[in-house]
Amino acid sequence: MSVNYGSKRTVVGAGYGFRDWLAQRVTGALMALFTVVVLAQVILTSGPIGYEQWAGIFASQPMKFLTFAVIVALLWHVWVGVRDIWMDYIKPVGVRLVLHVFSIVWLTGCAGWAVQVLWRL
Amino acid sequence: MTELAKKRPEFRNINALSDLPTYRLPPAGWVSILHRISGVLMFLLMPFIIWMFDNSISSEFSFAKFSAAFNVGLGFVPGWFMKLVALALIWAYLHHFIAGLRHLYMDVCHAVSKEFGKSSAIVTLALSIGLTVVLGAKLFGLY
Repeated sequence: MSVNYGSKRTVVGAGYGFRDWLAQRVTGALMALFTVVVLAQVILTSGPIGYEQWAGIFASQPMKFLTFAVIVALLWHVWVGVRDIWMDYIKPVGVRLVLHVFSIVWLTGCAGWAVQVLWRL
Repeated sequence: MTELAKKRPEFRNINALSDLPTYRLPPAGWVSILHRISGVLMFLLMPFIIWMFDNSISSEFSFAKFSAAFNVGLGFVPGWFMKLVALALIWAYLHHFIAGLRHLYMDVCHAVSKEFGKSSAIVTLALSIGLTVVLGAKLFGLY
């Protein structure tokens, strides 16, 4: 391998992957757990699910705790995934930068909204 | 551009219009590309997902608005179209979820044989499409 440091360093824009690979697994596993927890509560509810039952699932403090962690995990997971897609298919650096910025704005805005909904429950 | 980046060969002989429609992907390839497509779909529809979360849990009143959006429609968007979008999200979530579990299982168990790759891909596709059909029938009131 030729010189790959200092001004000669190959700029790939994403580091070398292990951290993202691991983060993608950990955040994915957390969201899968959350899915099972929510589904279990929906299925174990007796009778039809109206507003009280549905909002009740998210109203308890442990569920708020978990849901908040899941929102952060989702933000991180989607960032890694979407950035991978931009890096694979979008070659012009300028266009890629615009899409990266768009993704960050889109995701932080969505995460803020979701947290706001959760907080006022 | 560094020297290293310059020397890498590039193959750009795939034409999206003439080659991709006839390109035969193996089952694992379908799971992979659908994992991406379902991810992008959920990424783009994220504001809609949070809108549903917001309206469904905020109050009795907003919950009624949430339900009505799928039964009678929302603004100029008819209810059946809202249900169709919801169904697309249901498929995307199921596929992404099951394909994700497949990834985790492969990583944890080192299950990287060619046979397992194929059989688990077929299971992933069958489960995600099957469950989507079952839930879609429920969503559109077929049972």
